[in-house]
Amino acid sequence: MRIHTSHSGFNHPRASEITPRAAYEERRALLRLLAAGAGGAALASLAGREALAQAAQRPGQLAALPGARSAVAGVVTMEKVTDYKDASSYNNFYEFGTDKSDPARHAHTLKARPWTVEVEGLVAKPRRFDIDELLRLSPQEERIYRLRCVEGWSMVIPWVGYSLVELIRRVQPLGSAKYVEFVTLADKAVMPGVNSRVLDWPYTEGLRLDEAMHPLTLLAFGMYGEVLPNQNGAPVRIVVPWKYGFKSAKSIVKIRFTDKEPATAWNKAARNEYGFYSNVNPDVDHPRWSQATERRIGEGGLFAKKRRTELFNGYEAQVGQLYAGMDLRKNY
Amino acid sequence: MAKGLLHAAAMHPAAKPVLHLLCLLPLAWLVYAAAFDALGANPAEALIRSLGDWTLRLLCVTLAVTPLRRLLGLPALARFRRMLGVYSFAYATLHLLAYAGFDMGWDMAEILRDVAKRPFILVGMCAFVLLLALAATSFNRAMRWLGGRRWQLLHRSVYVIALLALLHFFWMRAGKNDFAEVAVYAVMVGVLLLARIGLFFGRRSKA
Repeated sequence: MRIHTSHSGFNHPRASEITPRAAYEERRALLRLLAAGAGGAALASLAGREALAQAAQRPGQLAALPGARSAVAGVVTMEKVTDYKDASSYNNFYEFGTDKSDPARHAHTLKARPWTVEVEGLVAKPRRFDIDELLRLSPQEERIYRLRCVEGWSMVIPWVGYSLVELIRRVQPLGSAKYVEFVTLADKAVMPGVNSRVLDWPYTEGLRLDEAMHPLTLLAFGMYGEVLPNQNGAPVRIVVPWKYGFKSAKSIVKIRFTDKEPATAWNKAARNEYGFYSNVNPDVDHPRWSQATERRIGEGGLFAKKRRTELFNGYEAQVGQLYAGMDLRKNY
Repeated sequence: MAKGLLHAAAMHPAAKPVLHLLCLLPLAWLVYAAAFDALGANPAEALIRSLGDWTLRLLCVTLAVTPLRRLLGLPALARFRRMLGVYSFAYATLHLLAYAGFDMGWDMAEILRDVAKRPFILVGMCAFVLLLALAATSFNRAMRWLGGRRWQLLHRSVYVIALLALLHFFWMRAGKNDFAEVAVYAVMVGVLLLARIGLFFGRRSKA
């Protein structure tokens, strides 16, 4: 019997285990540089270095959109961030199909630019915002939020955006405004799912004005330090981390201030299953399944135990007072 | 000519081993995908659903044996019926185990609560219990012990199982109002069921 040891010359470690990552990445950058040709050599070198410097933080798929540290308390969870690959390939965005792999496959047709968002209804200064104007309206911040889907799974996502209240302040809601409605894109030409009758298009969502003005409610333009992938709701969406994911409308084209509770897409589809509030609540089951636990995507693979779901998705300290005196069972 | 070839293929000594391999292929792929993290973002869900899909597919193939045998005039196809039925049961068992283990964490109390809470789980469980009865009486000895007529009566419940499996699938998808895939299976089961009823009455009128 022959015994192989590391001295026997057969069991070489893999090259990638001896060579430091930085070294081989630099070599690759050099190769790329050579491939780019002598013409743009100097420029390519700079660009390559830039790309390397950011590769650690961002997936390098889309344009960078860095977010500064937020001054709002409790908006950066320390939990392990979900892999970008999972967060951008496991989505519910029915305009692109009902299977969770559909949006990543079909959303490339969405044109995130040019894009405008109409703000109208009970406001003193209704107007149409261009997406570039919205991007500059307030400093972009990074918010690492838990996301809990009504289906019983969850992720942790580093969003980039600013509190929706920044926009709300600028349009000056009238005293009569009590709710905010979000209308999202429903373009048959680029969204195959809009031809189906799964939901009543366009997908609309809504919040009470005080919910919309809560600093946790985010107007998001990016995630993982880059602009939003189409399948995650490019170019602009809201993120309401204490509510089930479907409340966070994607690819918004209109924000309307009203005095009546707006009809929402899922509420219209199944009134008894998806209420207007839809706050994450482990004690109020979905009529067809329990909401007591959740599967954290990417955590421990096949054999991972599910986690216990937290009231208001763990944001009770921040948002609990919004619902003081309300029966959360009745107002599900 | 074509019939002769089909008959020869069905009677070939390699026919059964080949069919075994074909039936094991989806499982082999799933085991591979699970081991190499190729099941996507939610591997537990992907595994459970895929095992369910294959159960339904194998049930359809099993149900197709008799109509095809008659339609093509190929009695040799009957050799494969039991084997296909037992594979349907095997995939159903794995589907159930994957649900119990990966979704419910082997918590019996939790599973019982879930059966009571979700009608589609209850329907799936009923289908499985019936399928278990058929698998348990799939041996020649069981057939002799029950007697041909009673055995056949019991095993006709495979149609009930197919309908329950379909309802299980329909109800699971109802949350998304998405019935396109369910409709495909419903048409298949429907056609197979009608073919069977047609054959039954056809045989009667001849007698």
